[in-house]
Amino acid sequence: MGEFEVHRVRFFGLVPAGVRCLACQPRGTRLALARTDGAVEVYSFAANYFQEKVIPGHDSRSVEALCWAAGDRLFGAGLNGEVTEYDLARLCAARSVDGCGGPIWSMAANSNGTQLAIGCEDGSVKLFQVVPGGIEFERNLDRRKGRILCLSWHPSDTHIAAGSIDILRVIDVSSGQTVQRIMVNYHVQKVKRECVVWSIAFLSSGTIVTSDSFGRVQFWDRERGTLVESHTVSTSAVLSLAVSEEEDSIIVGTSTGATYQFQLLPVKAGSLEKRWVRTKPFQYHTHDVRAVAHSSTALISGGLDAQLVIRPLMEKMQKKGYDAALRKFTFPHRRLVSCARKARLLLFQFSQHLELWRLGSTDETGKDGEVLPLCRMPEHLVQLKSKGPEHIYCSCVSPCGSWVAYSTASRFHLYRVQYEGNSVSIKKVPKMPKLLLPAYQLQFSSDSSSLFVASARGAVHVLQLLEPGGCKHQHTLRPPSGSPEAVYLLASSADGHWVAAVSGDWAIHIYNLKCFKHHCLVPTYSCAVTALAIHPVTNNLVIAYSDQQLFEFSIPEKQYTAWSRTVQSCGLHRVWLERDSPITHITFNPKNPSHILLHDIYMFCVLDKSLPLPDNSALLMNQGTLKQLPETARKRQLHAFKICKKFQPLLFADLLDENCLVMVERPIMDIKTQLPLPIQQKKFGT
Amino acid sequence: RQYAFPVHCHSCAGSQFARVFWCLSKNYLASKQELFAKMDDICMSSEKPGANVSRCLRNGYVHALLLYSSSLDGSIKLWDFMDGIPIKTFTVGSKLLALYALASFEDSVFVVIPKSGERDTFQLVSVKLTKAAGQDLEAKELSVVLDGVDASPKCIAFGREGEYVASVKEVNLQVYFFKRKQLNRFSVSAMKTKSGKNHFMCIACHPTEDCIATGHADGKIRLWRNFHHKKEYTFSTLHWHHDTVMDLAFSLQGSSLLSGGVESVIVLWRNESERQRDFLPRLGSAIEYISVSPDGTLCCTLHTDNSKAECVTSHLGSFTGLVVDPRTKALVLNGEPGHLQFYCLQSDQQLFSLDIVQRQYIHQAGLNQTDLVKVAFSAQGEWLATVEEREEVTDPELQLKLWFYDEETQSFKLNTRISMPHEDHITDMCFRDIDEVEDESLILVTTGSDCVFKVWVMVEDTDPEGNVSWSCDFVGSYHNYQATNCCFSEDGSLLAVSFEETVTVWDSVTWDLKCTFCYSPGKIRNICFGRLTCSKYLIGATDHGFLCCWNLLTCALEWSAYLNVVVLQPDPLSEHIAAISWLSKDSSLFVFKPNEPRPIYIQRNFCKEKIQLAVFVPREEPETIGSAKYLWLRRSQLFFLTATQELITLSTKSLEERLTPSSKQLAVEESLPVTPFSLLLGKHRRHQSQEDIDLGKLVVRNKPEQDSPAVKELLHTPAHVLPSASFLCPVFINSLLISKENPSAEEVADEVEMESEKTEADSDEERDVTEMEQEDTSPVELLGEITCKLSKSQEKELRKLRKMDYSWISAF
Repeated sequence: MGEFEVHRVRFFGLVPAGVRCLACQPRGTRLALARTDGAVEVYSFAANYFQEKVIPGHDSRSVEALCWAAGDRLFGAGLNGEVTEYDLARLCAARSVDGCGGPIWSMAANSNGTQLAIGCEDGSVKLFQVVPGGIEFERNLDRRKGRILCLSWHPSDTHIAAGSIDILRVIDVSSGQTVQRIMVNYHVQKVKRECVVWSIAFLSSGTIVTSDSFGRVQFWDRERGTLVESHTVSTSAVLSLAVSEEEDSIIVGTSTGATYQFQLLPVKAGSLEKRWVRTKPFQYHTHDVRAVAHSSTALISGGLDAQLVIRPLMEKMQKKGYDAALRKFTFPHRRLVSCARKARLLLFQFSQHLELWRLGSTDETGKDGEVLPLCRMPEHLVQLKSKGPEHIYCSCVSPCGSWVAYSTASRFHLYRVQYEGNSVSIKKVPKMPKLLLPAYQLQFSSDSSSLFVASARGAVHVLQLLEPGGCKHQHTLRPPSGSPEAVYLLASSADGHWVAAVSGDWAIHIYNLKCFKHHCLVPTYSCAVTALAIHPVTNNLVIAYSDQQLFEFSIPEKQYTAWSRTVQSCGLHRVWLERDSPITHITFNPKNPSHILLHDIYMFCVLDKSLPLPDNSALLMNQGTLKQLPETARKRQLHAFKICKKFQPLLFADLLDENCLVMVERPIMDIKTQLPLPIQQKKFGT
Repeated sequence: RQYAFPVHCHSCAGSQFARVFWCLSKNYLASKQELFAKMDDICMSSEKPGANVSRCLRNGYVHALLLYSSSLDGSIKLWDFMDGIPIKTFTVGSKLLALYALASFEDSVFVVIPKSGERDTFQLVSVKLTKAAGQDLEAKELSVVLDGVDASPKCIAFGREGEYVASVKEVNLQVYFFKRKQLNRFSVSAMKTKSGKNHFMCIACHPTEDCIATGHADGKIRLWRNFHHKKEYTFSTLHWHHDTVMDLAFSLQGSSLLSGGVESVIVLWRNESERQRDFLPRLGSAIEYISVSPDGTLCCTLHTDNSKAECVTSHLGSFTGLVVDPRTKALVLNGEPGHLQFYCLQSDQQLFSLDIVQRQYIHQAGLNQTDLVKVAFSAQGEWLATVEEREEVTDPELQLKLWFYDEETQSFKLNTRISMPHEDHITDMCFRDIDEVEDESLILVTTGSDCVFKVWVMVEDTDPEGNVSWSCDFVGSYHNYQATNCCFSEDGSLLAVSFEETVTVWDSVTWDLKCTFCYSPGKIRNICFGRLTCSKYLIGATDHGFLCCWNLLTCALEWSAYLNVVVLQPDPLSEHIAAISWLSKDSSLFVFKPNEPRPIYIQRNFCKEKIQLAVFVPREEPETIGSAKYLWLRRSQLFFLTATQELITLSTKSLEERLTPSSKQLAVEESLPVTPFSLLLGKHRRHQSQEDIDLGKLVVRNKPEQDSPAVKELLHTPAHVLPSASFLCPVFINSLLISKENPSAEEVADEVEMESEKTEADSDEERDVTEMEQEDTSPVELLGEITCKLSKSQEKELRKLRKMDYSWISAF
């Protein structure tokens, strides 16, 4: 594997925002997620739950409810009282319509996605018609006192169940009248506290399922308004509830971080009588589980501890494999750190500001595993605050460290950073060329002479950077056939000849920078690209896909390399393919052209192309065993993958020079201390 | 707080019952105590003398008015339990470990048998019970249902209406569906929990739904559903118990589930919900089995200790020793953890249990519990001293408590609590036993491993009420040796404390060291003073196998004997002292008076186990004993406790006569009308018991002795199920005949002969001893062990040798 001097960076104080709501695309393969800072993310089930799209948040645009309508259109509604449609191609909020009922707490689409119902602060339920290019207000339904916290359509679209405080209502859609009013805490004697119906589901059988702040999951009969079953699952509130499409399984999330599954099981074998039984409890979260979703094969929960947990249902799995793994996502599937190799600077991207740090240094050397004392401490140079309510889309620092660029939804900023001894001065570059915003990815060329800006419709802008602090729009690269999707990943070659751009439809276009022409299109693969990089010596493009496949594409020859073909014919190791987090960054070692350095959240890997690929019988993570073997035996055991799991969770890893690495870690415990205290629970034996 | 379920705590007498069963008849629910008594009798009566059937009734299931039982000897018996008589016996052949009978399988029962050829693997087989006539039948039609089941009867349960059978073993659950002939296996991962002990312990099936409840070693209860599907099975978890779930039972309708474990708490889970549960706590001891009555109104638990019914076992071992409460004449020993139990020998039951430690007992494996190690009563029973100890890695935690008997509340009241009375373990403790009522004379002495003995006296408190409390008066030590035993002389003037190899005698008024005795080699194991006429003697036993007697007036060794004494117990009402020796595999009893080295009574090899403790219990009224040999038993009775906690006593009479035969005797005998037949039978019986007395039946264990089985069977079986009279007649006649050879009579005769020889030998030896004492060499006496094995000629030779003068040895 080789020895490196490692900068173990732990001063990236990122605290991911909590998960607020989740929405599974009906009969689809995508999951929409909204965070408490208003960011909306889309995960693709087909691409191994890869975080496909991210729409950064907005201070004034909280999202309380998300729903998919009319196929793949995503709508969100929040406390600003507006219903917003998201443009998933351009990754921004497209249109907003005011609900005229105060803050919106809930929203639900009917079964065929033609109508949206919203529940407002003033107790009204409003219907909106989904039309091409937006939504139109249709009418108000019966308005009663009390905010509508949750809504659910009957699968036949004839009725809506609305949950409020102490009460739930069933509204006839055609007449707009309340046909049933059920007091939720009627059965509880002498309770002064109000009972909040946090979540509701209307089953096709006419049963209404509610979860409330008393920790109960209750099943009601719609016709009679009677309680059918009541399960107390927790002493604290049950905040969220989701039903599977077959309506035989329910997942609920509580404020203690526990989630429970309910299943509709036959009482006896072969009998028609079925009953809801609480089956499996899960405790993956430490804080409120504000959102749950039930896909056909997995239970999905998201909590205020920023975790998205995907727990596959083993009984629905055909075989043990990649799909059957439990996944926990805390960090985004893209990098928030950029590194100026020459200047040894790190730029950290937060939701509304940037931090520029200089790495520490040491003049001592030591053996493997030793911690070296620092002679110069890492230094926080600059904090750049983004103005306005918009959150940052992307940021980058140039390899020389003298340029910093970032973009929000409507603005693009380029800064010139100058270092004079110990003082740092930062100057905004004036008169920026007008670009099609937002920028989704920024990349400086290796000589820091130009900046590539990934933009909508597959376009890549090339800006020329001018000394002492200016810039000029040089060219816009566009795919020859055009593309509706935005570019989300960029890679430029070290010699400045090539740039590769990946757009949302996963097509990789390679452009020649000498003549600003489209060079070629890498053969499309059915999975999302998670990371790509161009080799500084051979100009081979290395691509990592979300199904953990690796490809090497020779740009000059416009074809996959021989090694890539060997990999495809031999296949990668089973353990490698079953990893559950995507490769987020690829880099190379110029001294060792056969080495490819890659990392995901849980591991760092040096891929040595000169060594044979491991077969499934070999041990993939064999570094520990290799160390114990004698020199001669070690030779036979060597294989291409050299994996290090020492640094976790790993947000970023890069090679500063030949034998110096920087690893940016964010220990989960550090995040936990930033979160509010969880609900106190008595633990036995303490 | 009201609980909706009435719970009857009942523990079965003896360890025969593996599980508690309910019969369908309502009469028997009310009088189940009686039923169990009967079952016990059935069990005992069916035990063949000589046949080694340790646990006869292993398991039983009730079918209307019939009851099946299986035994380890491989037979299934069908009983009519109303009358308590066996109807049929089916011989299966192999060991039967558990039995299950179901209403839906009328002609077959299920048993667990060991798998042939493999050790420790068991299988569940169904046995077809033939309907052929006759009492003894062979049941050879076996068919294997499940393989690899657990031997415990708790690990198999049958589902609703006998549709399926579920069995658990280690981390595997298997369910077999009879109709579909389908076997589904599920397992819990052993790696999942941190403690790694989530294996199955017990199982119960829902009576009306397809639901299986399993209890696990980590305290969880899993409710399995949908187990018809190999893949889409599901389970939910209930967790309250912190340690192993010992047993589970569903209520009649299945709406609630009962679970019990080591916490001695019944947990009632309603609607299979984790939140809706009720508890019935403080049931006394860990719950082994739970059973629900067929009408659902009662629930029955069986506990690990059987203390409720009749308590002889103290499950943590007797540390305190056997002590007799002077007030109640009850035997006092360890009971439940931290409790003293007062066990009345006359009525054979526990009088009460005194909580000494007064702390919540925490059921947790590996936790060092505070427990009682020493107990002593003052002569009048007014004061009780207890020592409790908690073994810690660094230093032990000790507490000495003194209790005063409160006449008003009729119980002991804590008077003084002394923490850390000694730096190390307390080895012995005694009160100054004076029969005077003056409290001032009361002194408590404790000896400790910290090389001192301490004297505790009562002092009056300064407060106006004039209460008394105890405090230390004197600390004595001897050459920094560990103090091991202490003992007061009868008049209380002298205190003997043994320090390893030395016995020291102290004046109890001035606390001066009067004299020391030493008898090397070997440390002193026991010491005691003689009583009444022998009060000038001090007896000591060393761990090198010597019993020595010192004269306190002359301060010289009176006599000594070679005897490996483990227990030395003086009779408080006479001058007799009992010494129990342990040699290789047998315990022997020697009773002697200190003034003469010749034992007045020897009972050799009366017990195969090591006797741990012995005590003389004063009789309520002196017994009239004809034989001079047993005169020492006149005023008190000697009880022994063996290592396996068996209580043994010596008696001149058979147990039948001595014990009030309330539960032990069958109703049939009592209501026997006076007929010529009964007279004949009665004579026969009397004759037998007289024989016993004549032959000097000495050792009576707590087991009823057997009458002729044929006669018993004849009398206990109702007429309609009896075989023909022609078959019975010869058996009955035979039983009435006196057998020509009576081996036991022969044995006894032998013994008497041997004893007469011994007395001869003893008298010789006595002479030897006096001789040797004059020579002032260490006297050695062989009392018993070797002598009896020698032939007469050898003995004569030996005598010659002894008479030779060995004085030249002393020259060296």
